Amino acid sequence: MSQKTVMPGFRPTIGFTLLYLSLIVLIPLSTLIFESFKLTWDDYIHIITSKRILSSFQVSFTAALIAAAVASIFGFITAWVLVRYSFFGKNIFHALIDLPFALPTAVAGIVLATLFQPSGLLGKFLLSIFGIQVAFKPLGIVIALIFISIPFVVRTVEPVLLEFETSMEEAGSSLGATRWQVFTKIIFPNIFPALLTGFALSFARGVGEYGSVIFIAGNIPYVSEIVPLLIVIKLEQFDIPGATAIALTMLVISFLLLLVINLLQYWARKRSGQL
Amino acid sequence: MSILLSDISKNFGSFAALHNINLEVPEGELVALLGPSGCGKTTLLRIIAGLEHTDKGSVIINGENKTSQNVSQRGIGFVFQHYALFRHMTVFENVAFGLRVKPRHSRPSNEVIKKKVHALLDLVQLDWLHDRYPDQLSGGQRQRIALARALAVEPSVLLLDEPFGALDASVRKDLRLWLRNLHHDLNVTSIFVTHDQEEAMEVASQVVVLNHGHIEQQGSPSEIYDNPTNAFVSRFIGQTNVFDLDEHDNEWLRNVGIINTNSTGRIAHVRPHDILIEKSESHQDATATLKDWQHLGALIRLELVKNDPHHSSKPLFAEMPKEQFKTLALRIGDVVKLKIRHAHWFH
Repeated sequence: MSQKTVMPGFRPTIGFTLLYLSLIVLIPLSTLIFESFKLTWDDYIHIITSKRILSSFQVSFTAALIAAAVASIFGFITAWVLVRYSFFGKNIFHALIDLPFALPTAVAGIVLATLFQPSGLLGKFLLSIFGIQVAFKPLGIVIALIFISIPFVVRTVEPVLLEFETSMEEAGSSLGATRWQVFTKIIFPNIFPALLTGFALSFARGVGEYGSVIFIAGNIPYVSEIVPLLIVIKLEQFDIPGATAIALTMLVISFLLLLVINLLQYWARKRSGQL
Repeated sequence: MSILLSDISKNFGSFAALHNINLEVPEGELVALLGPSGCGKTTLLRIIAGLEHTDKGSVIINGENKTSQNVSQRGIGFVFQHYALFRHMTVFENVAFGLRVKPRHSRPSNEVIKKKVHALLDLVQLDWLHDRYPDQLSGGQRQRIALARALAVEPSVLLLDEPFGALDASVRKDLRLWLRNLHHDLNVTSIFVTHDQEEAMEVASQVVVLNHGHIEQQGSPSEIYDNPTNAFVSRFIGQTNVFDLDEHDNEWLRNVGIINTNSTGRIAHVRPHDILIEKSESHQDATATLKDWQHLGALIRLELVKNDPHHSSKPLFAEMPKEQFKTLALRIGDVVKLKIRHAHWFH
């Protein structure tokens, strides 16, 4: 830290960063932790091991993981198309990608619920042909989360793909590699760290998402209740310690998972020679 | 393996990059495709490699028509200007890549791959870097690794796209010589693209001069230098003084001996070393004045201004050995007599 660098302003910028982190992130989060101290350890364990809450954790994290995985695949393909091909209406396409960012999540939720409910436009079709019901099931939650998280993947993968030297692909082909080998051995390893970032962002967003999910989820206890919803329910019953206990648990799990993803990313970057 | 290109044309939209190119490269040659930027030399190289497709014409390598074959099946080695090393792989894995992607039945065992890669890294004198990543290497080292990688698949033809273009001058000089020696040892038919005529003359056994998508001249470096077939080649290869009969005083040209009984065109090109200089005592018979001179190592370059009534300001360049310059004891502003030993005439 005491090393001299060419770029001045280390002190003010790190100061600002710490101030920002404290005011916006650390102080609110520590309030959460202090609030939960009002509970005894036994109470805490009792709250979070109740069957309804455990199953909501399971629903939330599973749905977020699946959605992040699907969004990563779709997002990667979308970014690929946007970077590699030029076609009519590409700019409209670009604007469409960002729409889920701008849309109030409740609007997205209501639209999705209307579409996918058993009498809805898509829901009717899926139900009669494939016998699949989307709305009011965990599957609905996954759909909603994919909807809101695709832009995260597209916008993280896109710049890396843009920067990717196509001559590396040409070199691969000139050495006798098939297209598939070029993709798996050259393109993908170079894109993978960015894809992981996109995955992590999608996942983090998915775990915390509330507005777009509650309309399509149906919120059936033990089946399609998400953690944020349970927090809201507890709050509405003025059970603030209960709400904080759930929130804290969620916070810890999310933090650990993101830490793991970050380590994975570090490893991928290192392996791909980007560090 | 010989390369035969017949009637190759390529357009990018309305721009004709190549126009009816016919070229034969005999086996074992080291050929330079030389030309100014935008002349189509890189496009031609990429067409031979299969990285670009022709609109018309055929590419025949060693008697086999490869025109419609994909780059991965052509059995060529390609070296890129900016190396195009796989940055997520170590130097060893970069060189091994071509062997590892072979179909299972023809893929060598790990032992064989290891031995071969180390042998190639020895060849380019960089085996000590085998576990580094490309980002940790210098430009010259990267280009040598790129060459080793291309050689790993034992290509029938080696194609190099401005291989020294991104390197600094001293490294470039070393690598040129090194490439020439390497080619001498391996004897694989090679084509490299360059816009640097010095590089082409120094490295290649055959030079192909391209301009505006067609071949101006093909021949050995000395053929091209001594007998340029047209004004473009003459101007592009080495330095030359241009005398246009329409613009010059014929009297002056006759005096210095450019116009003589052999004159057969309208434009005369004179190499700097074909201008002989004598010190002149009087201003009457002087044909030029020394304006400036520069040290080029063993040679001195003299910048001269013609003493003609019209007094065109375009300077003339002459070269002479340093010793001769000392004996003449010329100073800036001295008047001199010129004698032109040889001129190339073009229409």
